[in-house]
Amino acid sequence: MSQIFSKSANAWSKASIFAVLGLLATIGGAVGVLQRSDFVTSANQFKDQPVQFSHQHHVGGIGIDCRYCHTSVEVSSTAGIPPTKTCINCHSQIWSTSPYLEPVRSSFRDDKPLKWLRVHDTPDFVYFNHSIHVKKGMGCETCHGRVDKMPLMRQQNSLQMEWCLNCHRNPAQFVRPRSEVFTMGYVPAVDQRELGPQLVAEYKIQSLTNCSVCHR
Amino acid sequence: MASSALAAGCRQDMHDTPRYEVFEANKNYPDGRASRNLPTGTVARGQLRDDDHFYTGKVDGFFAAEFPFALNAADMQRGQERYTAYCTPCHGQTGDGKGMVVQRGLRQAATYHQDRLRTAAPGYFYDVISNGFGAMQGYAEQIPPRDRWLIAGYVRALQLSQNATVDDVPAADRGRLDAAPAAAAMAAAEPAKKAEH
Repeated sequence: MSQIFSKSANAWSKASIFAVLGLLATIGGAVGVLQRSDFVTSANQFKDQPVQFSHQHHVGGIGIDCRYCHTSVEVSSTAGIPPTKTCINCHSQIWSTSPYLEPVRSSFRDDKPLKWLRVHDTPDFVYFNHSIHVKKGMGCETCHGRVDKMPLMRQQNSLQMEWCLNCHRNPAQFVRPRSEVFTMGYVPAVDQRELGPQLVAEYKIQSLTNCSVCHR
Repeated sequence: MASSALAAGCRQDMHDTPRYEVFEANKNYPDGRASRNLPTGTVARGQLRDDDHFYTGKVDGFFAAEFPFALNAADMQRGQERYTAYCTPCHGQTGDGKGMVVQRGLRQAATYHQDRLRTAAPGYFYDVISNGFGAMQGYAEQIPPRDRWLIAGYVRALQLSQNATVDDVPAADRGRLDAAPAAAAMAAAEPAKKAEH
């Protein structure tokens, strides 16, 4: 009876050790990439809203301030989704017969809220408060991106914990003067490496990375 | 396949706990809103609107000729900021009624620089901001009462600005008027910068 393993099995068995390691590394890498991907984070995906509202037109084109609609962003945890009445402020006269805006008009007429689909949805175990971020000089743009260039709203960033921590560990890299919080396309007047630490000191920004800061 | 199922499977239940978030739908109410308005006739603690002057802009049924509180420089700045956010779309940066939304087809907004409004009481502006006027809808839901007064104050400042002469500028600041706008801004920023260092 011949030998079960030929002589070359020695080489194969050694190689298989590396092959298995390689396979594990590949799977690990794939999971790492995948769980950061837009597929999982729902970043950069569009939702079919009741009215395809364009931030590009309203913010970029007309120059309406974020707070005109998101009125509670400075005082509340939520920025606030405007009531239909806010749309009617202008659209009682502008495009007032457009079939495209019929859902808005009928919502106002019948006092039935428009059912907007949420684009930025942090998990329920995350405590997030808009007002403190705004007060400490975090621009809308820092998290939400160039909203003035988005015909349809999308989530610009992953909203994953590592993304939050990137700023919480070092707020100086993103902080801006309070007067520029609502500016789109803000460019620091001086080098951010100089301005950042200055503002962090001035606004008394802490680097809060304790678990219970967000997971209360 | 396996890893995508893994990654997707790790989420969900704790991401969406069985409680109502702000603006979430709640089918227990006919209108489907989880965020409820205050029941009619109730007043939350500390929110009783017992100061007619402050909350309605009227004193004994007439538009108040005075502001309900004194406005300082910080108030004026906030007034400007609020004005820019809520009013400029129609009334424009200088209050001439030619804002972007007017340019896009809304009925011509009133210019503040007309005699009727130059002589109008501050309470009148407060009332119009709260309840609207003509094609203008009320802004009571968007702007809290105190900010409405600050905006009224800034409107007053705009009215003065369009009727001002060189004599109204303090002598020390007159030099800046002749400088180019960019240079003037630089000059204004310079002392502040020096103070920081």
